[in-house]
Amino acid sequence: MNSIQEAAKPGKMNMMNAITQKLGPLLGLIILVVIVSILNPSFLEPLNILNLLRQVAINALIAFGMTFVILTGGIDLSVGAILALSSALTAGMIVSGLDPIFAMIIGCILGGLMGMVNGLFITKGKMAPFIATLATMTIFRGLTLVYTEGNPITGLGDNYLFQLFGRGYFLGIPVPAITMIITFIVLFIVLHKTPFGRQTYAIGGNEKAALISGIKVPKVKIMIYSLSGMLAALAGAILTSRLNSAQPTAGTSYELDAIAAVVLGGTSLSGGKGRIFGTLIGALIIGTLNNGLNLLGVSSFYQMVVKGIVILIAVLLDRKK
Amino acid sequence: MRITMQNIYKAFGTNQVLTGVDFDLLEGEVHALMGENGAGKSTMMNVLTGMHARDKGIITIDGKETYFKSPKEAEKNGITFIHQELNIWRDMTVLENLFIGKELRNSFGLLKINEMKVLAEKQFEKLAVSIPLDKEAGSCSVGEQQMIEIAKALMTDAKVIIMDEPTAALTEREISKLFDVISSLKKSGVSIVYISHRMEEIFTICDRITVMRDGKTVDTKPIPETNFDEVVRKMVGRELTERFPKRVPVPGEIVLEAKGLTKKGVFENVSFSVREGEIVGVSGLMGAGRTEIMRAIFGLDSIDSGEVRLKGEKVKISTPDQAVKLGIGFITEDRKDEGLILDFSISENMILPTLSSFAPKGIINQKSTTDFVEMLIKRLTVKTESSDIAVGKLSGGNQQKVVIAKWVGIGPKLLILDEPTRGVDVGAKREIYQLMNELTERGVAIIMVSSELPEVLGMSDRILVVHEGKIKGELLNKEATQEKIMTLATGGQ
Repeated sequence: MNSIQEAAKPGKMNMMNAITQKLGPLLGLIILVVIVSILNPSFLEPLNILNLLRQVAINALIAFGMTFVILTGGIDLSVGAILALSSALTAGMIVSGLDPIFAMIIGCILGGLMGMVNGLFITKGKMAPFIATLATMTIFRGLTLVYTEGNPITGLGDNYLFQLFGRGYFLGIPVPAITMIITFIVLFIVLHKTPFGRQTYAIGGNEKAALISGIKVPKVKIMIYSLSGMLAALAGAILTSRLNSAQPTAGTSYELDAIAAVVLGGTSLSGGKGRIFGTLIGALIIGTLNNGLNLLGVSSFYQMVVKGIVILIAVLLDRKK
Repeated sequence: MRITMQNIYKAFGTNQVLTGVDFDLLEGEVHALMGENGAGKSTMMNVLTGMHARDKGIITIDGKETYFKSPKEAEKNGITFIHQELNIWRDMTVLENLFIGKELRNSFGLLKINEMKVLAEKQFEKLAVSIPLDKEAGSCSVGEQQMIEIAKALMTDAKVIIMDEPTAALTEREISKLFDVISSLKKSGVSIVYISHRMEEIFTICDRITVMRDGKTVDTKPIPETNFDEVVRKMVGRELTERFPKRVPVPGEIVLEAKGLTKKGVFENVSFSVREGEIVGVSGLMGAGRTEIMRAIFGLDSIDSGEVRLKGEKVKISTPDQAVKLGIGFITEDRKDEGLILDFSISENMILPTLSSFAPKGIINQKSTTDFVEMLIKRLTVKTESSDIAVGKLSGGNQQKVVIAKWVGIGPKLLILDEPTRGVDVGAKREIYQLMNELTERGVAIIMVSSELPEVLGMSDRILVVHEGKIKGELLNKEATQEKIMTLATGGQ
């Protein structure tokens, strides 16, 4: 009996679809860059591009973690609050005399632990990720305010390496951009070449089937939320270095920018489908919009409106496929 | 109402499901529709009720050409289809289920609850059912749910009712009640299409029978003019003995031994064993607890008491990954929901349980996965052009082969197959049986849960019959008959 169905043939249409699927966000970014640079040619100046990369790094790092979370069909609303709390704790450690680099590493570990708390509530407590991270977001933000008493933590000294991390350049490239690119390469390999990455997709594609196939679903999820927390803390370290202080309200609504980057990159919020390269592009699109609209002198109020519209258009185009 | 269907064709993709079906239904008759799974019975009825559009052919109702666009339209015109997979909203009450989509409203748009209650009670009285109307439908037994569906159909003033395996989950008492209802419906001029695999029932209550095979109607005859043997011959199209490939069982050591497994309210004191190279069939009605027992053994559900031994050693399996590590594979009854990741390719699905063995240095080795997958595709004769095709695009039979391949790939000691051939065409079925035989020759122990009695009888060395969460009896292949199994499965001795 012939059971091969028509659709099972990899035809021309499928190839075309695959290409637009992969390159859709990139195409969007290119179009955006062209429009902005026509309106204001100074956009393309190397200094501005480097500046843009530095601006993008923080959102991109958070969004990389968010990509893993969303691929499993989850969401992490607590990343902005984790960024703030871990930054405050890091700054506190530095002020009390700990080596800044060492304090940053501990801060990232603490961020990872905060993410692990999310993972534990979601897996062992069987809570919906939205609810669990909404609650921890509030808790972490509250703890930040308690710890800082609502004031910025300043007086972080002048450690060269620490300052380099957020403000410096290496071979002419901003260090945050280098951090972002290295992190991207590592996570790209993890997501596309390792069993862990495959399991991430499997959980989002069909959690029950993944579980029955012997995948340790709770363990993988806990690791993913820990990763998300750790990357948020890493982004926080960059921010703290750049501002040379920890702000109690740092990272407010960063989770939304990260989710926007993931969605603009073509990752499905229902899980199982998407790519981390898309997220990088998504973060660059948001960065280009911010940077370009600033150059064009558009007020920041209008910028929000434009950003929202771009997200809507991107998702609508994605549906058409 | 009189319905005729002439020369109906229907294909899904290149999969031709109906190839020239003829069928007619007279007013006030009970018309049996028989055929193997995949013969096209449900598809034909779905074409009639507007779920699928026909490719070719003529349908007339009372002499007038009529094509419904949706099941809802068919229902409005008096044709109701009670599906085998029940349409029950588990979290809603029985009353809400009875009126779903057809709620009675007053002029303010608010529900007329009391009137609906009265109507529902009247209907239940006619059917001699006593289910509290405010009970949550999900907590009703499968038999009760079936009766809810039937009541729901009757309340629409149906002229034609299509019943797909209505008795699969009913107890004997419920079945006899249903038969009373069917005869009174018949008297009032309602026609019934009765799809069933149960020969005895068909010869008890049906007036005529239509047999289907491979998407065609083979024959239509009045019941008194035919007999069991003729129907089976027409259904299968060849001698029955051919359906199940022969094998000589050589049971070895005990692989799995379950002792006193109990999960309160689900199953109780379940003890059995499986040997190397043995196929143990597990039979029973829907909802008897067969699947639940298997899920517990595989670590998907917890147990309250009891123990499991694997090759003599006591093991504690509380998650599936532990079961997989011990060499147990589980082919679940719902391959789309639990067996496969439909967006993943064939290759990605096949290596899921063995992922880490392909990444000795942390990175998945493409070359070794490709070789492994090619080997499995060949061994299971999966029909595909490439292992990169998404599994969701394959036919049911090929999908099932991918699920089985996944587990063959772990080099299993024990395979649990739950309804291994559900929704699989006849050809692929035989290939799956052959593979099961081949695996037992290599010493794999197999537990096969199945609702198809011929399959249980044709493939098993021993048969366990489950009734209300208990193992009611164990039959050796040579002493087992459909009647004996059914008696045990319905609680008889």
